[in-house]
Amino acid sequence: MKKYSVFSLARNALDYHENWTEAWRSPEPKPEYDVIIVGGGGHGLATAYYLAKEHGITNVAVIEKGWLGGGNVARNTTIVRSNYQLEGNAFFYEKGMDLWRSMSQDLNYNVMFSSRGVINLAHNDAQVDAFQRRGNTMRLNGIDAEWLTVAEIKKRAPLLNTENMRYPVYGGLCQPKGGTARHDAVAWGYARAADDRGVDMIQNCEVTGMRIENGKILGVETTKGFIGAKKVGVAVAGHSSQVFQMAGMRLPMETHVLQAMVSEPIKPALDTVITSGAAHCYISQSDKGEMVFGGDIDFYNSYAQRGNYPIIEHVVTAMCELFPAFSRLRLMRTWGGVMDMSMDGTPIIDKTPIDSLYINAGWCYGGFKATPASGWCFAHTIAQDQPHDLNSAFRLNRFETGHTLDEKGVGSTPNMH
Amino acid sequence: MLIKCPWCGDRALQEFSYQGDATVARPPEPADPADANWDDEWYQFVYLRDDPKGWHDEVWHHIQGCRKHFKARRHTVTHVIADTAPMSEELKGGDK
Repeated sequence: MKKYSVFSLARNALDYHENWTEAWRSPEPKPEYDVIIVGGGGHGLATAYYLAKEHGITNVAVIEKGWLGGGNVARNTTIVRSNYQLEGNAFFYEKGMDLWRSMSQDLNYNVMFSSRGVINLAHNDAQVDAFQRRGNTMRLNGIDAEWLTVAEIKKRAPLLNTENMRYPVYGGLCQPKGGTARHDAVAWGYARAADDRGVDMIQNCEVTGMRIENGKILGVETTKGFIGAKKVGVAVAGHSSQVFQMAGMRLPMETHVLQAMVSEPIKPALDTVITSGAAHCYISQSDKGEMVFGGDIDFYNSYAQRGNYPIIEHVVTAMCELFPAFSRLRLMRTWGGVMDMSMDGTPIIDKTPIDSLYINAGWCYGGFKATPASGWCFAHTIAQDQPHDLNSAFRLNRFETGHTLDEKGVGSTPNMH
Repeated sequence: MLIKCPWCGDRALQEFSYQGDATVARPPEPADPADANWDDEWYQFVYLRDDPKGWHDEVWHHIQGCRKHFKARRHTVTHVIADTAPMSEELKGGDK
């Protein structure tokens, strides 16, 4: 791998940038691997990288039915945070924050992680109490949190309308170290760094079946033929139910579509992330100047990667109420991604009842920020054949044993998390 | 998305509330309440879903209209609705 640096940039400038090499190889699959990761998105690629880096397992293939990073890692609103309250979640996401901070150096790839702060707006007294309690819990867990008054929020986001009649702003909980990252670069950075350590990226290769004998997985059937594996890890976001059906498993989740959208690019106008759970909107400005925002899922089962207009209208309305100045922007693009919504709003990183088959699923709409921690923990779970302490609450059987991790407290309604 | 309420006809999506998979059924009470299978049946009823990529039988609530519940057979990729019917009737159509 050619290291990216200011010197390589200068050197390549001399020949008009025509001699950069490919970031990763495109090899044909070998007959067998030590580990196969199904799904070449953020989580799968991160898992492959940490398998090689932390556990020395380099005979690894990432199998992707489309192209690398073409799913939800390309479709999210790039927000990174760890403002969780339950212990099973908090330390996992905080591990992710540590990895985010060093990711660009670690991968030798600029993922443009920007700690610009993530602010959750409180719109009534009850929310003020709930958010202050959340902030206190976070601080007790060693996670940064800061209560902002209306005046302080106004200073951070001058264009925010704090005196809206329906949703007046009473204050906000800020996680200063949260922020945004360049989502595609995360996938590409992990792919390039994993490839450098010997991992094979097999693109345009769909898994069509699993070969399981005597309760143990032996490999996967694909559109490029059978590929054997000592261990198989599946990280396929919205299609987990479909892939695990091949292994005869039913999962505690449903697939729903979540939409997001961007405005035309404008000059810098918002240098933090503003979210409002009550109004159903989260918004930040990309480095290109677009206002990036999203809100709720569409609330019905869907694999369509596109949604309906009522939700777009709902999210745009909320955004315009929060930032009346942005109502004059044109909407440039909307899109959808499919999420596996778990029954308690919390992911699953675990072994399965089938020997040597591992599951990474149920990320709801919070998968992007978890990318590094998810890969790190999934790699550990696969390499050691047991979960790490950090993902020990993300068990597959927790619904059966009554150990659900319901951060929002709404019960087993997959479209409500 | 237009949804055909069996009583009100085609109405806009905003008038409806989604109530989830119509194929799961509450497990009948066993003769012995300590029956361990009952736990497993409840676990499957509350948590496990087929989550099909294709035709899906589901419950909708016409909450901003006649407020009746009904069933719909909808495709989860195209969002086409093949049929809607009152809760007591069977759904037809699709290739299910």
